[in-house]
Amino acid sequence: MSLRRARADAEPNADALRRDALAERVALFGLSLPALVLVIVTMVIPVAWLFWLSFLGDDGSVSLINYQRLIRQPSYARIFLATFEISALTTAICVLLGYPLAYVLSQLPPRLANLCMIGVLMPFWTSILVRTYAWLVLLQRHGLVNDWGIRLGLWNQPLTLVHNFGGTLIGLVHIMLPFLILPVYASMRAIDRVYLKAAANLGASPVHVFWRVFFPLSLPGLLAGMLIVFILCLGSYVTPEMLGGGRVIMVANAIATDIQLFFNWGAASALGVVLLVLTSAILYAASRLIRLNRIFGGHGP
Amino acid sequence: MARAGALPITVRRVAKAYGPVRALDHIDLDVRSGEFLTLLGPSGSGKTTLLMVLAGFTRPDRGSLKFGDAEVIRLAPHKRDVGMVFQNYALFPHMNVAANIGFPLRLRGVPKADAARRVEQALEMVQLGGYGERRVEQLSGGQRQRVALARAIVFEPRILLMDEPLSALDKQLREHMQIELRRLHEALGMTTVYVTHDQREALTMSDRIAVINHGRILQLDTPRRIYDRPSSRSVAEFIGESSFLPVEAANGGFFHAGAKLKLPDGPAPAGRCLLMVRPERLRILTGGAADHLNVLRGTVQEVVYQGESFLLQVLLLDGSRIAVRGVSSAGAMAVLPDAGAVVTLGLGIDDTILLADDPALP
Repeated sequence: MSLRRARADAEPNADALRRDALAERVALFGLSLPALVLVIVTMVIPVAWLFWLSFLGDDGSVSLINYQRLIRQPSYARIFLATFEISALTTAICVLLGYPLAYVLSQLPPRLANLCMIGVLMPFWTSILVRTYAWLVLLQRHGLVNDWGIRLGLWNQPLTLVHNFGGTLIGLVHIMLPFLILPVYASMRAIDRVYLKAAANLGASPVHVFWRVFFPLSLPGLLAGMLIVFILCLGSYVTPEMLGGGRVIMVANAIATDIQLFFNWGAASALGVVLLVLTSAILYAASRLIRLNRIFGGHGP
Repeated sequence: MARAGALPITVRRVAKAYGPVRALDHIDLDVRSGEFLTLLGPSGSGKTTLLMVLAGFTRPDRGSLKFGDAEVIRLAPHKRDVGMVFQNYALFPHMNVAANIGFPLRLRGVPKADAARRVEQALEMVQLGGYGERRVEQLSGGQRQRVALARAIVFEPRILLMDEPLSALDKQLREHMQIELRRLHEALGMTTVYVTHDQREALTMSDRIAVINHGRILQLDTPRRIYDRPSSRSVAEFIGESSFLPVEAANGGFFHAGAKLKLPDGPAPAGRCLLMVRPERLRILTGGAADHLNVLRGTVQEVVYQGESFLLQVLLLDGSRIAVRGVSSAGAMAVLPDAGAVVTLGLGIDDTILLADDPALP
């Protein structure tokens, strides 16, 4: 009896089964290949190119001049500060409006809640541009809000509601609100009612049930929603452009100016890279925070 | 020990309907102080609804509920001060073990050091000493069960409710926990109402069992009396295995297949009757008929070996079927009749039980 035969007897079909396993893995890789190529072509290459551009000086040589300019000119620091300020404020207002709304929705019977959810998602059916123009119509000097305010005698002179910081904030909150409500609502729906019953049984009044059990359990959804809103805000362009009246300049607007007005791709790329790095840092910090919260959240009394 | 703290529960005419379904049909129930009482019934029988009324989570349509002398039917759940163990434990996932158990103490403003001591005591009591810092998800099913129990007793409630607390555990662990729960009840002595659909569990643990179906209590009695003297066919069918044989009443006696039944002393039920036979109470007779036994004859149809016991299916002469169970000792197995054999079965007089036939409950 040959050695090969002996092995085949001891481990029947071993080689064939190994070949099958390999073939299966190759097939799976083949299926994911198109998506992989797409990501490389549309994401990895452009971002790498952006990085490369940001390190090119005006004369085409490799230099740090774009970053030096960012540090030296205080106007850039102001732009970043304004961007973070407006993003943080938008996030805060979205939480104040969105969390209670999500709570009410989560307490409704599922059928009614789904219907209301369509209302929350309705804004997604129109483009940001259209929605932003609508706010312009509503808030401008002789817009609907000022018209009615004066007609009802609430104020005498037309208020400056738009083309400023406040107008931008209103527009951003409107656009971002669903992004907060969705994850918060999902995490609230996922809270098993039995926890609330258990808390009540153990002596917790409705207020205590909310703050000690419901709110902590909805926290992961709230943090996710806040993160999404904040990061989306950092990159907003259309809303500050249209509702800011030139007074609100966020990073994306500065990038557009650098390219459209000064044809300075190097400077624009450097701005983009800094924003990307800051956003990644925030994401990383937030992911650490959420994980820590999971671990330390339980150290009770 | 803490027996002085136990409270009796008085339930009077508690009713709850969900649309046309009567989940609770005017229930009257007295749970004695310090008693371990089990509500036993199939799913949808109303046993869980009754427990939820006791805990305050379900508002009944009418009725009175007293803990001791205090009427509590309208009291909010968080003011009732009863401990409860939920079916799936309901341990807070965002708190560790110590925080879960300390939760009721924290709400009651117990000072930190005192609370920590009591939490550790409660953990010791359920044999989980030193587990306080563990996270809930790190615990096995049995350990979660113990933590839930510790949380329910740590604030020394005078009433403890349990909603099928062992149903998620495997058989071996379940049997172990049954004994442990019983031991804990002996030690703490709080009035305990326990819901289960597992008849063996009910028989093992309870001081008394209330058999519930269709929102009504069919029988309230000790485990032994529930098993040996069920009040009706529905109770007998729900608890243990049993065969029912037709019986005719004539000349002041009861007859099965023409033979007069020897019955234990005591009143016989009125109306249509059935003979209830528990399979393990039958004996296979090898000799002739005996005076102290009722005798049934039939043909063995099937022999099933089930490990600790054997089961015979016997077709009696009058056409009814009956099951016979016996311990599968080597001696018994050696003389076990084969399928097709004619056997004589003996039933002790005290095990010969006549029941009112009531299969037509709604």
